[in-house]
Amino acid sequence: MQRYLGWLGRITLNALFALGRVCVLIADTFHWLLLAPIRGQGLRVRSTVEHFVEYGVHSLPIVSLICFLVGAIMAMQASYQLARFGATIFIANLVGVAAIREMAPLLTAVLITGRSGSAIAAEIGTMKVSEEIDALKVMGLNPTKFLVVPKFLGMLLAVPCLTILSTFIMIAGGYCLTTGVLGIDSERYIEQTSKALVMKDLVTGLTKSVFFAIVICLVGVYRGFQVEGGAEGVGRQTTSSVVTSLFLIIVVDLVFTTIFYFA
Amino acid sequence: MDRTEDYIIEVRDLTVKYGDRAVLEGINFKVRRGETFVILGGSGCGKSTLLRNLVGLMRPYSGQILINGQDFTAMSDERRVEARKRMGMCFQGSALFNSMTLADNVALPLREHTRLNESTIEIMTKIKLELVGLSGYEDFLPAELSGGMKKRAGLARAMAMDPEVIFYDEPSAGLDPIVAAGLDTLIRKMQNTFNLTSVVVTHELASVRLIADVVCMLKSGRIVELGTIAQLEASENPFVRQFFERRPEDEGGQSSEYIHAVTGLE
Repeated sequence: MQRYLGWLGRITLNALFALGRVCVLIADTFHWLLLAPIRGQGLRVRSTVEHFVEYGVHSLPIVSLICFLVGAIMAMQASYQLARFGATIFIANLVGVAAIREMAPLLTAVLITGRSGSAIAAEIGTMKVSEEIDALKVMGLNPTKFLVVPKFLGMLLAVPCLTILSTFIMIAGGYCLTTGVLGIDSERYIEQTSKALVMKDLVTGLTKSVFFAIVICLVGVYRGFQVEGGAEGVGRQTTSSVVTSLFLIIVVDLVFTTIFYFA
Repeated sequence: MDRTEDYIIEVRDLTVKYGDRAVLEGINFKVRRGETFVILGGSGCGKSTLLRNLVGLMRPYSGQILINGQDFTAMSDERRVEARKRMGMCFQGSALFNSMTLADNVALPLREHTRLNESTIEIMTKIKLELVGLSGYEDFLPAELSGGMKKRAGLARAMAMDPEVIFYDEPSAGLDPIVAAGLDTLIRKMQNTFNLTSVVVTHELASVRLIADVVCMLKSGRIVELGTIAQLEASENPFVRQFFERRPEDEGGQSSEYIHAVTGLE
């Protein structure tokens, strides 16, 4: 019993410490993102653009390909049920709404987690192991300003942009399959899609994608700074950054889907 | 003769703890301007911890670290950044930024802390690299260099802002004797040419004999001896004698302890 209580206490304490560290990280990031530029302490624009290109532009091919394929898959799966009722045209509604509200933001976030979230954790972790973070501090350069904020801002811009594109591509995937394979008339499909979608769908998807971006970047950074020891520590924290990030993305998704469902 | 302005660093009653365990206790010393001050000790004696405190990477539990008469531990963040512009540090693994070329590494502090134009920065970078014997390597990435060259590049970066004091963490660790001696000569040269103060953490006796003006010997978090190299060589302290004579830890009389440690029996 005593051992169980001790275990519970340790877990609670560790969780509270971790929460504290996360809060400090968030506060620090927003300080250097919002307050410091106003006070004239600068923002690293060039580095931000470089990160935006890395996270956004360079992941465009893989995100496009996967979203296109998933769009086609969704259309096929929808047709499997809808064809029984002779309602194949409603594939347009299903694919459109699912892509814009759910699948495109989620899939983009998952891909960026695997591609860039893990890279952030590994990069910062390696820098910590090789004393590069210490070197920055000793030079009087703040690691948050220097490393975190450009990544954060780059991610914050890249993920929503990618989400918009991947929404279109996913719908295009559904369109190609439905018109090409299932023989639905192209104009009817487009018309049906545009009737199905409203502005609120786009707002839902984009709101989610902004929070996904925050989660991916902060989890990567946090795990990176948590690295202790050598290469093994980097590996462990990189893995755990992906797992944590995916979990939190699903949680955030659930929260916002609930909010928009009732709102 | 002993004016406070003569001293660039002064450590008063420094105590550092990891949790409840004190790793440094009651450390007191002064570093005179322009001298090479060596912190010497075996593995795990707290010398790296002491260095991390001196450059402000760790906060001490108690005590003061005065740099140019100002308490480094109690400064505001802005003042600490200012103070840091006047100090440089060479890391054990050089800690060069792997994604940047040598020139960018050296230029980084200049680009971030000064408003010099790009052509001036380029010239200054060349001068610093020339100083450590690495001219012509501007466009190399750290991964393309040998260990000794990386350390030299690290020194060039530490010198970028023309600091008053440079901290070296194990400068000759992991280098062959010839390259290590070259680095020692470089440390000496920097000190002579620029009247630079150097604080060197090391356990290499050979390099201590070459570079040290004052040696501070640590054991288990306390200073056991402080003085010139000649004074240390003449010291009666058994630990200092053992260290300088490179005698191994006494094995005799420990067998009972060993049995106790292994079996738990008295």
